[in-house]
Amino acid sequence: MQKLINLTIDGINLSVPEDFTVMQAADSIGISVPRLCFLKGIHEESNCRLCIVKIEGQNGLKTSCSTKVQEGMVVETDNEEIYENVCFNLELLAGNHKFECWKCSRENSCEFLDLLRRFNVDNDFSNLDLFAPKEIKMNKTSDAMVIDTSKCVLCGRCVSACEKQSGLGILNFNHRGSETYVGPALFHNLEDAGCIYCGKCIQACPTGGLRAQDHIKFLERALRDKEKVVICQVAPAVRAALGEEFGYPIGTNVEGQMFAALKKIGINEIIDTNFTADLTIIEEGHEFINRLQNGGVLPMFTSCSPGWINYLEIYYPELIPNLSSCKSPQQMAGALIKTYYAEKLGVDPKNIFSLSIMPCVAKKAEATRPEFGRDGYRDVDCVLTTREIARMIRHRGIPFRDLEPMKPFGDLSRYTGAGSIFGVTGGVMEAALRTVTEILEGKTSPIEFKEIRGLADIKEATYKVAGVDVNVAVVHGGAGIKAFIKHMKTTDKQYHFVEFMGCTGGCINGGGQPIVSAINQEKYDVRTLRSQVLYDIDAKTEFRKSHENPAIKALYSEFLNEPNSHKSHELLHTVYRKRSFYEVEKK
Amino acid sequence: METKVDITNEKIDLLYAEMEKHKQKSGPLMPTLHSAQRIFGCIPIEIQKIISKELDISVARINGVVTFYGHFSVVPKGKNIISVCLGTACYVKGSGGILDTVSHELKISVGETTDDGLFTLEGTRCIGACGLAPVFMINGEVYGNASVQMVKDIIAKYKT
Ligand code: SF4
Ligand code: SF4
Ligand code: SF4
Ligand code: FES
Repeated sequence: MQKLINLTIDGINLSVPEDFTVMQAADSIGISVPRLCFLKGIHEESNCRLCIVKIEGQNGLKTSCSTKVQEGMVVETDNEEIYENVCFNLELLAGNHKFECWKCSRENSCEFLDLLRRFNVDNDFSNLDLFAPKEIKMNKTSDAMVIDTSKCVLCGRCVSACEKQSGLGILNFNHRGSETYVGPALFHNLEDAGCIYCGKCIQACPTGGLRAQDHIKFLERALRDKEKVVICQVAPAVRAALGEEFGYPIGTNVEGQMFAALKKIGINEIIDTNFTADLTIIEEGHEFINRLQNGGVLPMFTSCSPGWINYLEIYYPELIPNLSSCKSPQQMAGALIKTYYAEKLGVDPKNIFSLSIMPCVAKKAEATRPEFGRDGYRDVDCVLTTREIARMIRHRGIPFRDLEPMKPFGDLSRYTGAGSIFGVTGGVMEAALRTVTEILEGKTSPIEFKEIRGLADIKEATYKVAGVDVNVAVVHGGAGIKAFIKHMKTTDKQYHFVEFMGCTGGCINGGGQPIVSAINQEKYDVRTLRSQVLYDIDAKTEFRKSHENPAIKALYSEFLNEPNSHKSHELLHTVYRKRSFYEVEKK
Repeated sequence: METKVDITNEKIDLLYAEMEKHKQKSGPLMPTLHSAQRIFGCIPIEIQKIISKELDISVARINGVVTFYGHFSVVPKGKNIISVCLGTACYVKGSGGILDTVSHELKISVGETTDDGLFTLEGTRCIGACGLAPVFMINGEVYGNASVQMVKDIIAKYKT
């Protein structure tokens, strides 16, 4: 039994566990102390001083996020002094802020703006022009992300998130005092700073200081271009989170409304990345079997997560031979859209605008890799994050909650349960095992591989397949990747197949997913709730193994011939390259 | 224009040797940065990268420390450091103009060093000599009630 502490907050007596902070204690009785820098478990360094409270018998005001409860403590969360202090701090921050809320990526999820509203903060400092304006630094040459110091409140949440979650420490404070800014060393361009575009920093940021590149305008223009046919693919994890942007609880499946909304926006053809997830399994599964039986490089690493590909190419290029040569499902879909599908529709590929809706920031950069296109056009022309498509739906006044659910149309949209779980850590491995074991054993094999589900950073299992022990591992999040590779390089254990994802939890927690406020990140197990959506879809689909997908069978018989065929290699496989960072001459 | 940093293999070897010693103790970053600043006269990104690899600390974190402390610098410093106070009092009394003059005379902006390695120009926050505003310093020596002419004369003196 944990020891309980008795205290009084704003005249209410309560008992809370002894390791609670005053902020947690207040939260437990519904008193919401203002806060900006605190992000549970990630950033607890108390630098904003907005969560101040008065503790009887103690001098000054204390930050409630870092003050532990004590027996008999008497706390006041709101009085004149606290109010004036909080307002003044917010005014100072506002005085240094460039407000562009109408076009800001955080128009509806800005914790700073929420506080300014809550305290009805005056903007005298900017209006009086008292300070020399802070120099605005924009780090925006990367294909995936932007750092905009004019929106930054210097809370440090991104710095800690990058250190703890990606394990890379790409961001930090530079200089000091009024010149302080957050970014890579000396604001070096992000694409050359070792960043993997996992977007954990964006998810941690309370403002628009960090954001994905905004590509909404590309789509807006394509929709108005009479020559263009807009074909859109949607990743498995988008449907598990998009609803949050429209007020649904975390963990709501909005697949049907999502497709309906895309239709309303004016997209001509909708396909499902789940379908190419199934296709990936067929290609990757056969590649694995081939490596296993013919002495290929093992362990084989999955290759669908671009955050992970970035990680490997930058930090462990010596392991590139372990990577599966399969393109990610996004790029497989892109290649098929501009070839197979274009032919089917009778449209010239150069008139197709291939759009992809992804839970991911790194996908934006993936789509621009030079190898992903042919005859002068790109396989994927534009990648929008879940957040961006939500903004478009909102801006167009589409009544998302009232939409009649719709199924996607077209041949490339049928999927199995295996394709659906691609969006969650362990899902790619499980999907692959469903197919690989069946092929190797020549008989119906199990569907569920529960040992590799769940949120542990590194999961391992051994399966006996056709008499051979196959050692698999599943790793997600930069920090986990670093730990696993270190382990793999020193252990005697021979792994055969390892799934890696750049984001902790997998795509459901991707850097492009709806922002969850600091308070809700503390309150809900976001990764589990969103994962459940995909596992529920899996449990309910007619076919649960990729090779049973009738549309996949048709694709092979009509177009690709067989797995790993010449045609598949041309369209569905790729190459990787070693990369470095902080190449000073490139600055 | 940035003055070229002299990074020779001998110097890098020396840094490795000193790092080896620092690594025996806890908190090797600060002593390593002191070594690097002494050996190279500054700690540019190339050197930060070496330290990053060796100590397993990210470049951004190292740079954060380097740019936080006035003692370290990313680019080599000149023989003479001119710092113009940009605190409120000095600014109001025209230190901006003084800064512009130096910048114009030496053809460098804040944070840069002249090609001949003679001067580095810095802007500083209040140095607590507001009574003498506007104020600038050369190598730590304070010049108060400064005027554009005064700073021109003094630069000329240091040039010879
Ligand atoms: S960061 Fe917040 S306050 Fe600033 S422009 Fe964006 S929405 Fe507005
Ligand atoms: S995207 Fe990931 S690796 Fe890049 S700065 Fe953000 S958290 Fe760090
Ligand atoms: S970029 Fe965002 S998370 Fe990072 S310090 Fe600025 S406001 Fe905080
Ligand atoms: S100091 Fe407590 S939330 Fe920032």
